Amino acid sequence: MSRDSSLVSADWAEKNLNTPGVVFVEVDEDTTAYDGGHIAGAVKLDWRQDLQDPVRRDFVNKQQFEALLSSRGIANNDTVVLYGGNNNWFAAYAYWYFTLYGHGDVKLLDGGRKKWELDARPLVKDLPQREATQYSAKDQDLSIRAFRDDAVRAIGVQNLVDVRSPDEYAGRLLAPAHLPQEQAQRAGHIPTALSVPWSKAANEDGTFKSDDELRTIYGDAGLDDSKDTIAYCRIGERSSHTWFVLQELLGKKNVKNYDGSWTEYGSLVGVPVALGDEPGEA
Amino acid sequence: MTTPIAPPVTADGCAAPDQAAPLPLSVDLEKETVITGIVLAEGGDPVAGAYVRLLDRSGEFTAEVVTSPAGQFRFFAAPGTWTLRALSRFGNGDAQVTAERGVNQLSVTVSS
Repeated sequence: MSRDSSLVSADWAEKNLNTPGVVFVEVDEDTTAYDGGHIAGAVKLDWRQDLQDPVRRDFVNKQQFEALLSSRGIANNDTVVLYGGNNNWFAAYAYWYFTLYGHGDVKLLDGGRKKWELDARPLVKDLPQREATQYSAKDQDLSIRAFRDDAVRAIGVQNLVDVRSPDEYAGRLLAPAHLPQEQAQRAGHIPTALSVPWSKAANEDGTFKSDDELRTIYGDAGLDDSKDTIAYCRIGERSSHTWFVLQELLGKKNVKNYDGSWTEYGSLVGVPVALGDEPGEA
Repeated sequence: MTTPIAPPVTADGCAAPDQAAPLPLSVDLEKETVITGIVLAEGGDPVAGAYVRLLDRSGEFTAEVVTSPAGQFRFFAAPGTWTLRALSRFGNGDAQVTAERGVNQLSVTVSS
């Protein structure tokens, strides 16, 4: 994968709003942004209601994903262009998710909703009308998904990349600072994890930094290209952003997103936890 | 018609809650360090839809929210020194705050 095959610019997007076979999809956790105005023709995916199982803590399964995309009028051969708020966190999560279920052509809109708004590009309230399709998903590609046991086994062995803010990594905060800090899980990070906040990979307007800048950031942080990599954050969406950078933009191999992330790891009984700004010992 | 319901302020997800909603009763101001205020344009009008970034003492990104129709923003941080950086179509602006537990208020003015 590369930047050309996985990322589109706002200019490209604005020129291709009506291109047949290109579907824009806005993905957010709080979908009131979409309701207040979205890119013309874009369909909406609600991160929580559409992509999470309503009972178990897991994704929607293959059949639920097929039903979702069919009802939204997305076909297997469509080019899906994802964007959203929160610096594309949830759009990157959806990108990872579409990749997990084997969608052929999926792209992220560089800068997402923020860049689009700061550029004062047009947003509409009209809802798109798309005919239902018969979407067919593949089985989950588990080569890009890490589970808790993978995270524990990676301590001191693989690259673990903690992409939360430095204060969350060190255990001084338990959640991103737009959320209340009372949390059930313990504070800290997985021992030996490198701290490379997702935000290092993005410019202020939400666009990604250049490939050269990105290579320098992860190289300087100590990412070892001879090892497999697991990225994690708190709930798996910021680490999807970093997974996208490492695998899709920089073309690194064997990168997994640990979607259970700190809300799972920090609640496990008996696993090691490191506090403070240093990675800690295995 | 259904009445729109403001999303609850919970930490189950990661999206920023409604910035205009009152502080939920579940927020314990003995424990939380709330940094809140308004983004203003040069003329003093509130700026809706501005992106406000909370940067830690080393300048690293910690969180970002979008201001409410009345220009309001709110963060849940920790005691210490923070920088607020606002981005908008009308320009950008910075402000510093040394926050303590409880509610810390300030405004950020943007200009091009």
